[in-house]
Amino acid sequence: MDNKEIAIKLSGVKKMYKLGQIGGGTLTADLQSWWARVRGKEDPNTKIGTDTRLIGKTFMALNGIDLTVYKGEALGIIGGNGAGKSTMLKLLSRVTAPTEGEIDIYGRIASMLEVGTGFNGEMTGRENVYMNGAILGMTKAEIDAKMEDIIEFSEVREFIDTPVKRYSSGMYVKLAFSVAAHLDSEIMIMDEVLAVGDMAFQKKCLDKMRDAAKKEGRTVLYVSHNMNTIRQLCDRCIVLDKGKVVFEGDVEEAIGVYMESEANEEIEIDLIDIQRPKWLIKRLMNLRSVKYLNKDNNCFDTNEPIVLQMEWNNLVDVTDVCLRIEVVNLEGNPVGTYIIYDFYNGKKDEESCAVIKLDISALIEDKYKLRFVLFHRDEAGNNLNIEYAEGLCFMKLASNGGLVWDSRHWGQIHMPTPEVVFKNI
Amino acid sequence: MNNQYHTHITSKRKWFELNLKEVWQYRDLIWLFTKRSFVVTYKQTILGPAWIFLSPLISSLMYAFVFGGIAGIGTEGIPQILFYLLGNAVWMYFSTCVNKNATTFTSNAGVFGKVYFPRLTTPISNVLSSVIQFGVQMAMVFIFLAYYLIVGQVHPNWWAWVFIPIVLVHLGLLGMGFGVIVSSLTTKYRDLSILITFGVQLWMYATPIVYPISEIGIGWMRTVVLINPVTAPVELLRYAVLGQGTVDIFYYILSWGVTFIVAVVGVLIFNRVEKTFMDTV
Repeated sequence: MDNKEIAIKLSGVKKMYKLGQIGGGTLTADLQSWWARVRGKEDPNTKIGTDTRLIGKTFMALNGIDLTVYKGEALGIIGGNGAGKSTMLKLLSRVTAPTEGEIDIYGRIASMLEVGTGFNGEMTGRENVYMNGAILGMTKAEIDAKMEDIIEFSEVREFIDTPVKRYSSGMYVKLAFSVAAHLDSEIMIMDEVLAVGDMAFQKKCLDKMRDAAKKEGRTVLYVSHNMNTIRQLCDRCIVLDKGKVVFEGDVEEAIGVYMESEANEEIEIDLIDIQRPKWLIKRLMNLRSVKYLNKDNNCFDTNEPIVLQMEWNNLVDVTDVCLRIEVVNLEGNPVGTYIIYDFYNGKKDEESCAVIKLDISALIEDKYKLRFVLFHRDEAGNNLNIEYAEGLCFMKLASNGGLVWDSRHWGQIHMPTPEVVFKNI
Repeated sequence: MNNQYHTHITSKRKWFELNLKEVWQYRDLIWLFTKRSFVVTYKQTILGPAWIFLSPLISSLMYAFVFGGIAGIGTEGIPQILFYLLGNAVWMYFSTCVNKNATTFTSNAGVFGKVYFPRLTTPISNVLSSVIQFGVQMAMVFIFLAYYLIVGQVHPNWWAWVFIPIVLVHLGLLGMGFGVIVSSLTTKYRDLSILITFGVQLWMYATPIVYPISEIGIGWMRTVVLINPVTAPVELLRYAVLGQGTVDIFYYILSWGVTFIVAVVGVLIFNRVEKTFMDTV
């Protein structure tokens, strides 16, 4: 290890965020809050529903990270929600500064926290390639030299002189990824950008990344929830939990550690303070808690249903709400989904509770996680999510007829035994 | 290879850290930003770049009609259209420097939050695109100037033309510094962005743009106009190009002093805010 060159070194890196009231956003609101505090009154700008215990308190998104990344390695970063993965990437790509500690980076960084940064809809594909390349640190001469490769890789040659606002989202991403992938950088940082584009293009991207690490000797940092891509790309892995590195080393072991930490044994979960994902733009309902009613642990037998109780309240009047319960395995792959159409109608601030029974007999033995999604369905059949929360885990106990189930090839659903009739020939 | 690109990130912040070398490495980006500000404005318009000429011409005609015609404000014997075109050009230059930079952080939050590049490139490109716009408007001034020279109605002070670039740097620094200060504060307080748009409009009336200084009598109003740091460079430009203008050396030096302070304070605050503004914006 000692003879390897260091690409990135983090020592004692901490990042602190202030929680709760972080400034009203306007000068008047700040003055109002200050005046309320002076008089000992309640702050009029506190958001309803925020936990008042958190106000003025701080949150360590990263709590003392020491890490060395060597040149030419592909390092995977995994961890649950809020473990500090994104914060770490933000610090490395210099979007924000650490509160404590030092980071040394040897080489130029191409960070792909989001592809297509700086793309402007009015400009053509070619103009945007120049723009995006320049933002990522390339000079015009460098982009000129790579223009052909970029266009070739992106598969959008015919549309390269069309304004990108006319592109489909797939084309947009392909072009954006191509620019980033052709940077002359020594270090590449990626945050699940591969979750977009069609399958063939995803594979192409992964191959490109692997080549970058293996053949060109570049350093790749890759963050993902999908263990399969981590397995394919990375040769070393770290697991983050609560802002600390809890494991560093072999990929399979790391995945094991991560899955272990994901598989909590709770039978009841309070969802109020759990952070909702960023894509949930229009949140109309508030899931408060979920618990298993029929068990005092989270292990279920083959023919035992899951009976759970869900509590929520409405932020506005809602009608025609549908419920989706997604079952994911601990590697992050969706296994199947329960859907209840026309699940609920309710008034603003109404508090409701429902008991739901799930048949899990088709699932094979493994650990799973449930995700609860409330959504609307439009006339075209699209879904519009109005609340999302990751909830409880459960373990399905064995009984596959004594067979060792090969889920990598067979999937994770044990279809009902087919009916067979033998006939005479 | 490794030492060539070594970046050291630390929690300790220096107060004054410009890193102009890095900005120079990103010069292509500055140019692209500048180009984009023009390209995007005039895409999908019928008249396209003709708007660069049309809008100042129309507003100068409006000024000539309202201030010269209805209000009857004198122009020190300079043909009205020339007087207002030049005033408009220089004010447009200064006000776009302020206005565009005043929203640097908030309007670029999307890009700033995703990728690192020297943040100073955006204010610089804003000033640069304002310079280009000024150049275009000056071209129009020159066309009218040529006509009135032949007619013999204007007598420019040719020797003072060497000051034109200095006036540009002067106003550019002042506008950028001022805009950047506002922009750094708007990351936390959004009210300022509303205040600034109408504040800049008011500022124009405290600057001899639609009137010459000689039109205001002695009194507190004249003092306000003279103390205004934009006044001195504007009058200097008018003195050079149109041959009329009141340049007071004391107020000119004062204006440079204010400009210097504003620019330094602007860069200081900018440096402080750029590192962590993503956490508050």
